[in-house]
Amino acid sequence: MDQAQLIAALGDIVGSRFVLHDPQQLRAYDCDGFTIQRRLPRAVVLPGSTEEVARCVRLLAAHRIPFIPRGAGTCLSGGTVPRGDEVVIALTRMRRLLEVDLRNRRAVVEAGFVNLHLTEAVQQHGLCFAPDPSSQYACTIGGNVAENSGGAHCLKYGVTTNHVTGVKYVTWDGEILELGGKATDLPGYDLVGLLTGSEGTMGIVTEVTVKLTRLPQGVKTVLALFDSVEQASRAVSGIIAAGIVPAALEMMDRTAIMAVERGNFPVGFPEGQEAVLLMEVDGLETGLEEQAAAMEAICREAGCTDVRIARSEEERARWWANRKTAFGACGRLAPNYYVQDGVIPRSRLAEVLAEVHAIAERYGLIIANVFHAGDGNLHPVICYDEKVPGMVEKVVRAGSEILAACVRAGGSISGEHGIGVEKLADMHLVFGPEDLAVQAAIHRVLDPLDLSNPGKLLPTPGRCAELKSEAIPTVST
Amino acid sequence: MLQLSERALAEIESCVHCGLCVEACPTYRELRVEGDSPRGRIHLIRSLVQGLAEPNEALLAHLDRCLACRACETACPSGVRYGAIIEDARAALETRRRRSLAASTARRFFFRGLLPRPRRLRAMARILRLLQRTGVDRLARRTGLLPEPMAAFAEVVQVPDRFGQNVLPERIAPAGECRYRVALLTGCVMDVLFGPTNVATARVLARNGCEVLVPREQVCCGAVPLHAGDREAARQMARRNIDVFLATGADYIIVNAAGCGSTLKEYPWLLAGDPAYAEKARQLAAKVKDVTEFLAEIDLVPPKGPVEADVVYQDACHLAHAQGIRIQPRQVLQKIPGLRLRALADAGACCGSAGIYNLVQYDLSMQVLDRKMEAIAAARPEIIVSANPGCILQLRLGVKRFGLKAEVLHVVDLLDRAYQAAEVREGERQWIRHS
Repeated sequence: MDQAQLIAALGDIVGSRFVLHDPQQLRAYDCDGFTIQRRLPRAVVLPGSTEEVARCVRLLAAHRIPFIPRGAGTCLSGGTVPRGDEVVIALTRMRRLLEVDLRNRRAVVEAGFVNLHLTEAVQQHGLCFAPDPSSQYACTIGGNVAENSGGAHCLKYGVTTNHVTGVKYVTWDGEILELGGKATDLPGYDLVGLLTGSEGTMGIVTEVTVKLTRLPQGVKTVLALFDSVEQASRAVSGIIAAGIVPAALEMMDRTAIMAVERGNFPVGFPEGQEAVLLMEVDGLETGLEEQAAAMEAICREAGCTDVRIARSEEERARWWANRKTAFGACGRLAPNYYVQDGVIPRSRLAEVLAEVHAIAERYGLIIANVFHAGDGNLHPVICYDEKVPGMVEKVVRAGSEILAACVRAGGSISGEHGIGVEKLADMHLVFGPEDLAVQAAIHRVLDPLDLSNPGKLLPTPGRCAELKSEAIPTVST
Repeated sequence: MLQLSERALAEIESCVHCGLCVEACPTYRELRVEGDSPRGRIHLIRSLVQGLAEPNEALLAHLDRCLACRACETACPSGVRYGAIIEDARAALETRRRRSLAASTARRFFFRGLLPRPRRLRAMARILRLLQRTGVDRLARRTGLLPEPMAAFAEVVQVPDRFGQNVLPERIAPAGECRYRVALLTGCVMDVLFGPTNVATARVLARNGCEVLVPREQVCCGAVPLHAGDREAARQMARRNIDVFLATGADYIIVNAAGCGSTLKEYPWLLAGDPAYAEKARQLAAKVKDVTEFLAEIDLVPPKGPVEADVVYQDACHLAHAQGIRIQPRQVLQKIPGLRLRALADAGACCGSAGIYNLVQYDLSMQVLDRKMEAIAAARPEIIVSANPGCILQLRLGVKRFGLKAEVLHVVDLLDRAYQAAEVREGERQWIRHS
């Protein structure tokens, strides 16, 4: 099947205006939030229903053409970056809220439904969708399922997989299956759990049944300023040790603070502030004051220079907008960014951050740290300019070193952003060949011909070393 | 490879491709295609600059579909000034664009022959008015002589009896003590289609202790050619306005059209490369205030007359996103007794008017408008208020499309109505006759 026939056949399924194939147009789809590797897809198709997705997949599978499911393209690990021969199946038109079941606290959405829109749709009933990645203004729930996304409030409420009870799903060869449902903990293998976090490598989730969470009766948000990351880290450990379960516990270091203060949503932190902690407790009103006061006291004991409790919802919203736009605000520091996603034991925060700092020094790079301190999920953001010769190689190497440091500290290479193409070569840091072989065997059951988002998540055996160097050539035409 | 200004390149460099802007974009919301999102458009322009893409029809269509509403600027974490990027790219691409002879002649006539010449503009408006009064326009619509976009707007565009410039004296004395000396930008479309609103603006300002100057020699601010890629035409108009308005010695230049206000405030960018005018442009821009911005800052004389109505305020994009003015118009409205300001979902999303967008991208513009009208209909207003002539026309068309009963007015129309109501009641003398 040549390109013209393929385009015509896809057009027959979805309507020709929903097939993009002009190379100049496809340029917009050459990467996602991870911009180090960029290649044009073969075409982009925008189906409007599960049935259309299935027919597209059947056509592609019959001709052994690989495909990539894509939502809003906010992925930070290159989960939707083409190798060059795939058809991108963009689910952005599938954005209906199919059902809100208030009595069972479930919602059914199409995969392209935007994360934040779900909370906006149900908050009038005192409910929300708990997983709140910082990209929630734009990212889709289908994408959240693919990446098993987290977010600031996942410390208390859990990540996406804890909130998905069922999916409608198109298999690698175009069959439509319904897995799970509104009930939790079905007998047998947890296939919904398997698909959640599979990064699109096992077919395409087109509809998602999610839990809705009761909005807490009360919220207290506390902001504390510190003269050093060490002091702030001490406060984090202190809060956890005191038995407080914050809904969120976020830290930003000096460089990240500089970025957000220059960006569009500044809070007004003092110039040169070394660290801030943004903390939140929520739940029943009773006892919240005490918890907030306890956090305040712990911060003071750890040596904070200033600590405030949000006086209004407006102030709280401003603090959160500041935190949630921190990655993007790094555009104020340099033209490109590479966001890391290492996980470490909370107790070793200060030490690993010092190591990240040392890596930044050694490579002469700007690294902003903005992260979920409560669950030890680091997000060092390497800020750079891709136009500087040799810079991208340096950035990729520094990124690997940071991940290696996280693993040495007893952690892992990804908290919530996924492996994508970005961390393929780092998989060996956490998995041996046997582990990877088991994962590959599971993958083969659900995608035997490796057509569903190939080249993501699982490294091809023996190719780890080559992968990092492959990741470097940046742009192809 | 596409050559852009330093400023546009710097803005492109501030975009790290995070994608938090996409859902803020009205065209992305309708089309769901990356190339029709702010991030996608920046990426395409960046690719053109780097020589990785060619400006063929398919690519240009994505850029053409941008409303330039700048809602993405409000959403952007790092504060990328997207407006500067798209404006610069459009100007740079225009030079190598092949347009039909008819299209390029029309553009030239409109941008260079009509907008900078208020007398011609008024003459055209008079002809249009004559056609409307004699019913020829209805005939043209019915016989299909007028193509669809024109026909649709012909229904909502009603040329009023008098133009602002013909009614307003060059100097209007303040009511009572003189607190401010201001000059009024009467605009192009604003003055011929919304003369009464210009008069109302002058009246409201004078009511609040302003000596109001109405320079006769002012011209269109240049926004329309600027957004369509004819920068040189815009520069000519900017220079003229700078000379005219600085010469008045006014403390403030008051603008009641959001698109014009943002253009005037951005004259320093437009004329950055002009040594003779760069500094003057900065001086002028520092004095420019939207009328709602000004009225919210001064100690507004409380309007006494009640306006008993359910009202929604639709943000004008070039007020909310380009100038960051969102609270002020609402504050002004809330000072009107009896007025019930209702919440409008997504009030900051564009109505699809966007300069001449609703003529050149009619179908998509109507799609965006219908989305807006769904939200407005849900709020059940008796009066819809905005702060820009294009938005007001578009919303009037929307009201018609949806069969609503609501009136569509400018903020100052309503404020003026409140002052007038009280004055009529109290038998006060009207010091400017209602036109």
